[in-house]
Amino acid sequence: MPEQIQPQQDSRETLSFYVVGAIFLIVMPLLNVLPAEDSWLRLSDFRLNQFGKFLCFAILALGLDLTWGYCGVLSMGQGVFFGFGAYCMGMYLALQIGKESVYGSDLPDFMVWTQVKELPFFWYPFKSFWGGILGAILVPVIFATIFGFLAFRSRIKGVYFAIITQALAFAAWLVFNRNETRLGGTNGLTDFKQVLGFRLSDPSTQLGLYILTVLALIASFLLCRWIVASRAGKVLIAIRDSESRVTFSGYTPWVYKLFVFVVAAGLAGLAGMLYVPQVGIITPAQIGVLPSLEVVIWVAVGGRGTLIGAVLGAVVVNFGRSVLTNYFPEAWPFILGGLFVVVVTMFPDGLVGIIRKFFAGGPPAAGLAMPKPQPQGGR
Amino acid sequence: MNLQPPTGGVSAGLETGKSRGKESGDSVTKGLMNRVPCALAIALSIVLSLLLNFSPRSAFAADDEVANPAAAPSAPVLSTIEQALADLTSENAETRSAAVAFLIEKGDASLIPKLDEIRATADRVVRQAIKPVVDLLKNRANLSSELPDYRRSAAADLASTGRREAIAWLQAAAAKEEVWWVRYTMEESANLLELRSGDPSAKLAAVKKLGELRSQNSVTLLQELIEAGKPAEATDEQKSLASTATASVSQIEAWSTKANIIETIFRGISLSSILLIMSLGLAIVFGLMGVINMAHGELMMIGAYATFITQQAFIAWLPPESFDWYFPASLPLAFLASFGAGWLLEATVIRFLYGRLLETLLATWGVSLILMQSARVYFGDLTAVIAPQSLRGGAQVMVGVYLPYNRIFIIILSVVCVVGIYYLLFNSNLGLRVRAVTQNRNMSACLGIPTRKVDSYTFAFASGLAGIAGWALTMVGNVDPGLGQNYIVDAFMVVVTGGVGKLAGTIWASLGIGGLNKVIEPFTGAVYGKVFILVGVILFLQWRPSGLFAAKGRSADA
Repeated sequence: MPEQIQPQQDSRETLSFYVVGAIFLIVMPLLNVLPAEDSWLRLSDFRLNQFGKFLCFAILALGLDLTWGYCGVLSMGQGVFFGFGAYCMGMYLALQIGKESVYGSDLPDFMVWTQVKELPFFWYPFKSFWGGILGAILVPVIFATIFGFLAFRSRIKGVYFAIITQALAFAAWLVFNRNETRLGGTNGLTDFKQVLGFRLSDPSTQLGLYILTVLALIASFLLCRWIVASRAGKVLIAIRDSESRVTFSGYTPWVYKLFVFVVAAGLAGLAGMLYVPQVGIITPAQIGVLPSLEVVIWVAVGGRGTLIGAVLGAVVVNFGRSVLTNYFPEAWPFILGGLFVVVVTMFPDGLVGIIRKFFAGGPPAAGLAMPKPQPQGGR
Repeated sequence: MNLQPPTGGVSAGLETGKSRGKESGDSVTKGLMNRVPCALAIALSIVLSLLLNFSPRSAFAADDEVANPAAAPSAPVLSTIEQALADLTSENAETRSAAVAFLIEKGDASLIPKLDEIRATADRVVRQAIKPVVDLLKNRANLSSELPDYRRSAAADLASTGRREAIAWLQAAAAKEEVWWVRYTMEESANLLELRSGDPSAKLAAVKKLGELRSQNSVTLLQELIEAGKPAEATDEQKSLASTATASVSQIEAWSTKANIIETIFRGISLSSILLIMSLGLAIVFGLMGVINMAHGELMMIGAYATFITQQAFIAWLPPESFDWYFPASLPLAFLASFGAGWLLEATVIRFLYGRLLETLLATWGVSLILMQSARVYFGDLTAVIAPQSLRGGAQVMVGVYLPYNRIFIIILSVVCVVGIYYLLFNSNLGLRVRAVTQNRNMSACLGIPTRKVDSYTFAFASGLAGIAGWALTMVGNVDPGLGQNYIVDAFMVVVTGGVGKLAGTIWASLGIGGLNKVIEPFTGAVYGKVFILVGVILFLQWRPSGLFAAKGRSADA
C-alpha cells in the first residue's frame, strides 16, 4: 500500500468511528434516561439492552474481521470461542444465584435435577468474580493457541482451515449439549440473579453493562486498529494476498496467523462474557455451526477488511433480524441465505464498500483491496 | 382354590415377555445406529421380565398341575370348542382356566377372529384370560407362515410365553423348516422352554444344546443357573447344571465377541459407503473447480424429496401392486432433479466466483440455507419414504450377525458409483476433458477445451450424484430438511483428509473415517466419537497437510 494514501483513509475511518462511538456511548444512554417515559425520543430499556447485545456481537465480529478480513484466515468456529467466554461468565453467574434458586440449593438448578451432589471440580474457579472474568478470556485464548498451533503449523489453510473450524463448531455443539459435561445440557445456564451484588433485573445495572460493553468495544477497536496499523498488520495483509511470497521473503506466516487467531478468540471470549449478563441465558444453540457462520455474514455485510465494517455489519444485520423476525418469523433463513449469496457475489466490499463508492469514488481502503481471482491452475 | 393371582401374573409376564421379543427384533434393525443403549434396554427388559414372570410362572405351572385334577370334577366336561368359547366369559375362574387350557390344546388359528370378538366386548379379567390363548394360537399359526421373518418371530415369541405346549410345536416345525436361521430360532426357543421345565435331565440337555447353538438370548437364564449352583447348600443336580451352564456361557460369549467384530466391520463399511457416496460429488467439484459446495447436502435433500414425491404419486395414482416400483422409478427422477438444481446453481451463483474459494463456500452456504428453509416450509418436518418390500428385513449370515438389506444395498450402490465414475473419468471423452482441466485449466483452454462448459457439466453431474445419494439415504432414515446437514460435516472431513489429487483419496478417507467412527463409538458414544474423529483428522493433517493424495507441483498452492 502506498504510504501517502494511508493517513487520509485512516482519518476517514477514525472520524466515522468517533461518530459511531459517540452515538453508542453518549447519545443512546442519554436517550434512555432523559426523555419522558412516553416521549417518542425515549429509547426503551428493552431496546437499549438489545443494542448492548448487538455490540457484544460487534466485538465478536471485530475478531473475525481481523483474521478473515485482514489475514485471509476464515474461521467458521468463532461461536465456539464466544461460547467458552459466555459459559465461563455463565458459570460464575450461576454460582452467584446461591439460595435464590428454584430448589434453594447452593448448586445450580440443573445440577439438582440431574442428581449432581457436589460441585464438579472445574466449577470451583468460577466462584470468584475474577475467576469468571479471567476464565472467559483465558479459556478461549488457550484453546485457540493449541488448536491454531496444530492447524497453522502444519499449513492447513484456506478452505481446509474453514472446514476444520466448522467441524470444531459442530463437535463443540455436540459436547455442550451433553448432560454429563455438567454445563446444563441443552438448557444451558440461565436464571441469573446478580453480578457483584447488582441485581441483573435492575434497569440501571443493565445500563451500566451497556456502557461497559461500549467501552469494551471501543477498546477492542483500538486494539485491532493498533495491530492492523503496526508492521505486523502489514504482514497480515501480505499473507492474505499472497502467502507464498511472504514465506519467500523470509517471514514465518503461521506465527502471524496464530497471533491474530488467538487475538480473535480472546475478543470472542470477551464478547461472550459481556453477552451473558445482558441476555441472561447461554445455551449450546448459541455456539453451533449456524451461529458461527452468522458471524461471517455480519462481517461480509459490513465490509471485511475494514474494522468499522465489522461493527456496522454486526449491528445492522442483527437489528434487521430483530425487526424482521417480528413480522415474518419464517422468512429469516431466506433473508440470511439471500444475504450470503448477494453480498458475496455482488458486493464483496459490503456496506462500507458501497458507502465509499457512493461518497468518494476513490480507491478502496487498505484492507478492502480484495485479492484478485487467483490463477485457476488445477487444484 | 383361587387361581386368579397366578393367572394375572402370567399374563403380565406375557406382556413383558412379548415386549422383550419385539424390542430385540427392533434392535437388530436399528442396532446400527445405537447399539449400546439398545443392548442395555434389552438386558434391562430381560431382567425385568425374569423378575416379573419367572417365579410366578413356575408357581403357576405347579399350581396348574394341582389345580386341574381338582378342578376337573367341578368344572363341566369340555367336549366342543363352542362350549369352551362360551366358558371363557363365565364368572367362575376355574371354568375359565379350564376353557383356556382346552383351547390352547385343541384350538387353531381359525378361532382368533372369534376370540378377538369376545375380547372386544369382555371385561378386563376375561381379556387377560384370553390373551395368552390368542398369542399362542397366533404364533402357532405363524410357525407355518410363508414368510421366514414371520416364522422366526413367532418362534421367538413362543419362547417368551413360557408355555410347555409350545415345545412340541416348535420341534415339529423345526423338523421341516428349510431356512437355517428360522430353524435355529425354533430350536433355540424349544430349548429355552425346556430350560424352564422341571425335569433335570431335559434341563441339562437343553443347557448343553443352548451352548452349542451359541444362543445369546439364553445367557441370562444360564447365568441364573450358575448363580443357583454357587451356594454350598446347592444340590448336586444344581451344581452339575451350573458347571454345564458355565461351559455353555463361555462358548456363547466367545462366539458373540466374534459376531460383534463382524458386525462392527459391517457397520463401519456401511457408514463408509454412505460417506463415500456423498463425498464423491464434493471431491470431484473441489478437485476440478476448487469450489467448496456447502449446498451439496441440500442437493442430496432434493434427491430424497424427489423420491418421496414419486412415492406419493405412486400411492395416489397407481394400483397398490405396483407400489414397489416407485423406488427404481425415482432413481432417474432424483438424479435429474438434483442435476437440474446443480446446473442452475452453477449458472446463477458459482459461475461468478471461480477462483475465490472462501466466497464459494459462503455463497453456497447461503443457498443451502434457502433450500433447507424452502423444504421446511413446503414439506414440513416429517416425511418418510417406505422401503420397498425387497429392501425390508435383512440377511442372517450367521448366528448373531444380522445384516439389513438396505445397508447392503447402499454398500453395493456406492461400489457401483465408484466404478461408474472411474469409467466416466478414464474412459470417456468428457472424462478426458475433466481431467485435463483439473490438471491445468489455462493450458486446456489454450488447446481448445471449453472449460466453462466442462465446469458446468461436471458441477451438474456431481449434483446428480448427490441426488443419487439422497435417493439411497431415504432407505436408512427419514426425509427431512436437515437430511443433508447430518452427514455434511463428516463428508467434508472425508474430502479434507482424502486430499484433492485423486479419487482414491476420497475412497480411502471415507473408509478410514467411517470405520474408525464405528470402532470408537461403542467405547465413547456417538458424540465423543465425533470429537475423537475431529482430533484424529487434525493430527493426521499434521502429518499430511493436504490430505492423503495431495496435488503436487506448481498448482498445489493455488
